[in-house]
This record gives sequence, structure tokens and C-alpha cells, in this order.
Amino acid sequence: MSEVVFANEMDEEMTLNMGPHHPSTHGVLRFIIKSDGEIIRRATPDVGYLHRSIEKIGERCTYQGYMPYTDRVDYVAAMFANECWASACEKLMDIQVPKRAQYLRVISCELNRISSHMIALGAMAMDIGAVTPFPWTLREREYVNDLVEELCGARLTYNYHRIGGVSFDMPKGWRDKALKFLDNFEPAMWEFDRLVTMNDIFLKRLGNVAVISADEAKDWGLVGPNLRASGVKWDLRKEDHYSVYDDFEFDIPVGDGAAGAVGDCWDRFNVRVKECRESTKIVRQALEKIDQYPEDDILGKLPKKIKPDGEAYSRIESARGDMGCYVVGRGATEPYRARFRTGSFTAMGIIEAKSPGLFLADLVALIASLDVVAPEIDR
Amino acid sequence: MNAAEIFKKLAGEFGDSAVFDFHEAGKDKDPWFQVDAFSIEPIAVKMKTDPELHFDYLECVTGIDFPDDKKIHVVYHLYSYAKKHRVVVKVLLDRDDPVVPTLTHVWPTANWQERECFDLLGVLFDGHPDLRRILLPDDWEGHPLRKDYEAASEYHGIPTIRPNPVELFSIKLPEKKAQA
Repeated sequence: MSEVVFANEMDEEMTLNMGPHHPSTHGVLRFIIKSDGEIIRRATPDVGYLHRSIEKIGERCTYQGYMPYTDRVDYVAAMFANECWASACEKLMDIQVPKRAQYLRVISCELNRISSHMIALGAMAMDIGAVTPFPWTLREREYVNDLVEELCGARLTYNYHRIGGVSFDMPKGWRDKALKFLDNFEPAMWEFDRLVTMNDIFLKRLGNVAVISADEAKDWGLVGPNLRASGVKWDLRKEDHYSVYDDFEFDIPVGDGAAGAVGDCWDRFNVRVKECRESTKIVRQALEKIDQYPEDDILGKLPKKIKPDGEAYSRIESARGDMGCYVVGRGATEPYRARFRTGSFTAMGIIEAKSPGLFLADLVALIASLDVVAPEIDR
Repeated sequence: MNAAEIFKKLAGEFGDSAVFDFHEAGKDKDPWFQVDAFSIEPIAVKMKTDPELHFDYLECVTGIDFPDDKKIHVVYHLYSYAKKHRVVVKVLLDRDDPVVPTLTHVWPTANWQERECFDLLGVLFDGHPDLRRILLPDDWEGHPLRKDYEAASEYHGIPTIRPNPVELFSIKLPEKKAQA
């Protein structure tokens, strides 16, 4: 029996446990909430329920053998962890990736970005009480999964990228299927906008909720769509000029504060909606341009012995923002240290700072709008 | 500014004993330099607030264990959104007593990353507001990313090592009897 102590007789602080199996906490994570009625005084995240010691496993696998494990870093957007690990190893060993492989990487990553954002958008709408959008977004996600399945054989944990390239070229007729999907997807997103994004109830529910300013977002290390929603026009695809993203024309959507202040929950939602459209643009251009490069030239020249000495830090723009991989090799077949820096981990850090004064129901909106995925936090 | 210029500027400001050992990009693909553990705090403040450096983004805090040298390296990857330059800063700590001042009040994002580093490598961040384990349970013993870590055989009655499933489920075929 714990004793309840009130600071004064009006003060009724209560401790509420949310999770680990709360349906709105996107995987397995837990919050310990001190609240006064509906108003939160402090919400402390308790993470680690999905810790699988990915980094420790990395020290025991060979460089190529670690690739399937990186899928599990973020199983909603596994392609990005693949690419991040591959690019870090390529940087470490100075491996050139053939152009066709880079195009295939871009196509697969952007399709994965769409499918990941579909989960984020649908789940966010469901978290705040709108059930209809979730099946809508899952329907689109299924089409992407079908496409990716034909490309690499898996629907969730792809293991598609390789150090130096990708594992398979596009199958015959795949391009037409992908184009057909995009033709259907674009109008579906406009429909989705009419259903949810521009819905008056939705705007009022999320406008001005949990506003994160640009400085706060930088200080707390928010990345990707969360950072852009706060008004910082920043995208690694444009800034780092990695892979072949320079070949494509696309915009970087930023938060505009149409529903209230810049950096509120609705902005974070809307940025993701817009990013899906940009991704379709990129995939279309990539499918058009990929034919200039010879077929089946998809794996670069690897050194005979993969025993690098040195270290490299590589970062890519994943669905949840800047994903970094730091790999240290000491002349062995296994990496000496493999470290993943993920967007969700730092995004969770800000919740404790933003929670005081929020309504309990708005905390759910904040978690969902940051698009945290538990495996990526815990690794 | 490139990494060499940043290093020169900081070394000029804080002296060669605080900022030293610059490595050009070569074997290590990103240029890096060392910073003395005791003076990392003012250096970090300088790196964030100086208008020429303006490192407003702490990307990554990594701990690496080197038992051969009896050292733990804490690696900070820093980036500037405004100036678009990046730098890698390393702090070498004594392996038996790894203590480094926290940078939580310079970059709040260091809070969780330092907790993770403490959890997995046992680096103590002096002055950290909430230095608890983050990924592992509170009563976990040891720091798994240390090279000499040996996992306990069980945790509260849950075995940490499972038998090899191949051996466990292998069915022994009856031996062939000699033909009569």
C-alpha cells in the first residue's frame, strides 16, 4: 500500500500507468504519467521493452551477414536501415555502387517511405478516434507491399540492399505494375485529404496542439518530417546529395501552420501527407530514367576480403528522418562497433519536456504525430 | 569551415592541452580530433554559441570500448544546420573509471543518448539530471557493449541462452540392424 500525499487539499495528483500494451503507443512502450485530472504534470517514457541488442549482434556477425538484422532496427521502414548499413560499409571500404543499383535503391526506399507514412497517418488518425482512415491507408500499404514482395521476396523485413548494390533487378513487367499503383495512389491521396487532412474536426482537434518550435526541434535532435513540420527546410536527400537524388526534381514540404501554429500536430501530419506525393514524383522519374543503365549491373566490385580497418559515419534520410550508422572496423571480418542513430529515439526524448500542461488525450496525439516506432527506439 | 579550420580555431581558443590530436580523413573516413574530458563542457558551449561554428545539432553519441588500450572512447558527431559543416569529436576515458561531464544542458538531445551510453557501456556522465538505465531493466548487471562482458546465465529465472534448436529437436534414427 502506498500512501497518498496531497500538497494541499485541492491537489489531487495521480500517477497513471500508460502501456506497455496500450493500443495507441505504437509498439511496446510505457509512460508513467503524473496528472492532475486530465492535465498532465509530467509524462516519463519508459522504453526498452523491444530491446534486441542489435548493436551487440553487429559485433558478432560478418559485415554482409549483419544485413538481415538491420531490417529489425525499424521493421516499418526496413529498407532504410538496409541502405544505411550498406552505405556506411561502402564509405568505409570505398566501394562504388553501380548507377542502376542506386536507382533501384531509390525506388525501393521511396516506396517504403510511402508505406511507412501510410502506417503513420492511419495510426495517427486512429489514435485520436477516427477509425475509417486506418483501413484506407493500410489498403494502399498492401499494394506497396505487393510490389516490394515481387522485387525482393519479402513484405516486411526486406534484406534487399547489399553492400555494393542490391540483391535483385526489377522483374519483367514490374515497372508497369509500379506505375499502375502510382496512378491509383495519387488520386487516393487527394481523397484521403478530403476525408481526413482537411476535415474540419481533424483540423480543430490537432491545430495548436503540442507546438514544437524550430529551436526546440533542433536542440532535441528531432529529424526528418518532425523537424520540417517545425518550419526548418532541411532534407538530407537535398543537402547531402547522397545516392542519385540529385537526378530528380522534388520539393521539401515544410510545416506552414495552416491549422494553428507552425510545428503543431497537424503540421506534422500534413508534412507526411505531402511527402508521400513527393515520393511518388521521385519513383516516377526514377522508373523513367533507370533504363539508361545496363540491366543486371546491380552489384559493385567488392574487395576480395572484407576486413576493413578504420571508421565511417554515414547518414541517410529515412522515413523517420536522419538515420546514421557509425561503423568501426579493426581488420577483422566482423565490425568492431556498429552503432545506429535513429530518429525515433531522439523524438521520444522530447516527449517528457513537452508533456507538462498537455491534456491526456493530446499526449496520444503527440506520440502519434512524432511517428515513433518502438523497435527503432529500442533497437 | 572544414574540420581542420574548426580544430585550429578551437585549439587556438582553448590551448593544445584541451584540443589536440587532429586526424585528417584517411583510414578513418571522417576527420576527427580529441578533446580533454575535463574541458569538454566549455568547448561544447563555445561550439554551439559561436556564430562561426554554430553546431546546433548533436547527431550521435557513441561509446566504444578498447580493452587493449584500457580506454573507452566517447564519440560525438556534430553538425551545423546553419553552416552545413560537421565534425567528429572524441573523448578518451580511462576504462576503469570512465567519467565525462554531461552535455545535456548544451544539447538537450544528449540526455537520452548519454543514458544509452551509460546503460550499454557504463560511462558515467557527471552532472546528468537522470542517469538511469534506459534500454535494459534497472536491475540488469553489467554493461553489454563492453568487450569483456559475459551474460549471466539467467535473469530472474529466465534463461538468457537457449539450447541449440537443431540439437534439441534432432531425431535419432534407429540404427540399422545387420541384415539377417
